[in-house]
Amino acid sequence: MSNFGKTLKIVLGLAVIVALIVVPMNFNRYGLFILSQWAVMTIAAMGLNLTLGYAGQVSLAQGAFVGIGAYASAIMTTHGWPLPAALVVAIALSVAIGWVLGYPALRVQHHYLAFVTLAFSTLAFLVFRNESWLTGGIYGISNIPRPNILGFATNRPLPFYYVCLGSLAIVSFAVWWLIRSPWGRAFMALRENPLRAQSLGVDTRRYTLMAFAIGSGLGGVAGALYAPLTQYIDPVPFNLSLSLDLLMMVIVGGAGFFFGPFLGAMIAVLLPEWLRFTEGYYLMLYAIAVMLLLIWSPTGILGILDRYMAERRTKAASALRAVAKSRLETAQ
Amino acid sequence: MSNLFDLLVAGLATGAIYALVAVGFTLLWQTSQTINFAQGEFVMLPAFLMLAAMHVGAPFWLAIIIGILLSMILLGLAFKMLLVDPMLRHGVLPLAIATMALAIGIKEAVKQFFSAEASPFPSIVPTGDIKILGHAVALQSVGVLVVAILTVVGLTMLLTRTSLGHQMQAAAQNPTVARIIGVPVERMILLTFLINAFLVALASLLITPIYLAKFSSGEVLGQAAFIAAIVGGFNQVRGAIAGGLLIGVLDNLAAAYVSTQYRAAVPMIFLIVVILFRPQGLLGRAEERTV
Repeated sequence: MSNFGKTLKIVLGLAVIVALIVVPMNFNRYGLFILSQWAVMTIAAMGLNLTLGYAGQVSLAQGAFVGIGAYASAIMTTHGWPLPAALVVAIALSVAIGWVLGYPALRVQHHYLAFVTLAFSTLAFLVFRNESWLTGGIYGISNIPRPNILGFATNRPLPFYYVCLGSLAIVSFAVWWLIRSPWGRAFMALRENPLRAQSLGVDTRRYTLMAFAIGSGLGGVAGALYAPLTQYIDPVPFNLSLSLDLLMMVIVGGAGFFFGPFLGAMIAVLLPEWLRFTEGYYLMLYAIAVMLLLIWSPTGILGILDRYMAERRTKAASALRAVAKSRLETAQ
Repeated sequence: MSNLFDLLVAGLATGAIYALVAVGFTLLWQTSQTINFAQGEFVMLPAFLMLAAMHVGAPFWLAIIIGILLSMILLGLAFKMLLVDPMLRHGVLPLAIATMALAIGIKEAVKQFFSAEASPFPSIVPTGDIKILGHAVALQSVGVLVVAILTVVGLTMLLTRTSLGHQMQAAAQNPTVARIIGVPVERMILLTFLINAFLVALASLLITPIYLAKFSSGEVLGQAAFIAAIVGGFNQVRGAIAGGLLIGVLDNLAAAYVSTQYRAAVPMIFLIVVILFRPQGLLGRAEERTV
C-alpha cells in the first residue's frame, strides 16, 4: 500500500515535470512570460519559506532582496558581465545583507521583527529610487541582456523559460536537501521552541542568522533571474507590496510545507490571469479568495491536504484496531 | 525660526491624526492580538463612504454621521465577526495575512466602485489663517490638532475614569481573570473594535481635506500609524499618542532639513533604532516572555 503510494507520487511528480517542459512549447509570448514569472516567484517564496515556514522568523523584506538581486544582475549584465558572475554577486550581496538583517531577530521576535524588516524593505526601495547614479532612479535600467548558456542564446521567450525552470529545479533540489540536513532540522527546532532548542545545544544565534541569510540569498537568486526576464527594471516592482505578496504566497500555499511556495506562487501569479475576464474585479476576487481560504484553513492549501491525510491515517488505524480487537475477542 | 514654528505646528497636526489611527491599532492588539495591516485602508474608506452619501444627496453633516455609522458597522462589527472571530484561534500570523488581503480588497473595491482619481473632500474646519504668537498658522492645522486632542483626551478619560473603561482595560490585560470577576470580556472586545472604527472615521474626516480622497492613500497612513504605535509602545494608549505626535513632527522636520528624497527614511531608521534598543517602545511596558 505504502509502496503503491510512493510509486504514485513519483509518477505524478514526473508527469508534472514533463508537462512543465512540454506543454509551454505551444504557449505564446505572454503565456511563457507568466510561467517564467511563476518559476522566479517560486524561488523567492521558497527562500521566505525557509526563513518563515521552517525557522519561524517573520520577514517582510523578501521583496527587497529580490530587488537587490535584480539590480545587481541588471547593473552587471548591462556592463558586459555574464549572468553567472552577476548571479554570484547577487547571492553574495543578499546573503551578506540577509545575515545582517538577522541580527534584529536575535533581539526581537514576531510582530516587532515584522516591523524591522518592513522598515528595511522601505529603506531598500528608497535607495533603489534615489541613488540614480547606480540604479537609474525612477527611469530604471533598460535593455537588460539575456544570457548565453553553453553557447545557446536564450533571447527568445521559450529558451529563457527553460532557464527559469532549470533554475527552479536546481533551487528545489538544494532546498529539499537542506531541510533534510541537520541544518534544516535545527531550523525546525528553532521554530517549534527556541528555548528548548537552545537547551538541547542548538546554537540558536547562528541558525537564526543563517535562516535569514539563506532565505534572503534565494530572494537574490530570484531577483537575478527577474531582471533578464523583464529586461527592464525600475524601483516600483520591489516596493513593500512585493514583500507582502511573497509572504501571502508562502502562507496561502502552506508555510513549512515543501510544495507550499509552488502552490502559493501559482495562485498569486496565475489566478489573477485566469480572473482577467472579470476585468477590474480580479484583484478584489483574489483578496476575497485569500481571506476565505485563510478562514477555512489558516495553514494554507497544503494544510487542508495534510489534515485530510492525517484524518485518513487515523481512520485506517482505528479500523485496524477494531479488527484486532474483534479478533482478540473471538480468540478468547 | 518662523519656519521651525510652522513645521512644528504642521507636524503636530498630522501627528495628532497618526495618533488617532495608532491608538485604535494598539487597542485592537491589546484586546484581541489583532495586527491590522488594513488600518491605513480603514482610514481611507470612511471618506469615500461620506462622499458616496453626499453623491446621493445628503448634506455634509448627515454624510458625516452616515459615514461614521457605516464605518462602525463595516470596519468594526463586520470586520470583527466575519474575519477576526473565525481566525483568532489560529494565531497572529494568519490573521495578519488576512488583513493584508483585506487591505487589497478595500483598495480595489474603492477603485472599482468609486474612482481611481483623487477626489476633493470638504473640510469641517474653515480655511484661512489665524495668528498665534505672531505667526500665521493655517486654521486647518489648528482645527485638526484640537479635534484630535479632544478625542484622545475623551478616550483616555473613558479608559481611566469610568467603570466601563476599567472593564475594558481588565479585559485587555488579563481576559481570564477579567472573566472570573464578571467582566463581559466579549462585549468589551467588540467595544474596542467599534472605538477603532470610530477613530479611523474621525481621522478620515480630518485628513482627507488635506490630502484628497484617493484609493491608495491608506498605504502611507497605515505605515505611519504602525511606526507611531511601535515607537510609542505597543501596549500603551498614551504611548501610541506620543508616538503619533513624534512621528508627525519628525516627518515634517525631516522633509525640511534632511532631504525630501529620504524623508520617508527618517521615521524608519528611528523605528529600527527604537525596536533594537527599547523593543517595548518609549513608553511601553516590557511583556514577559513565555517559555
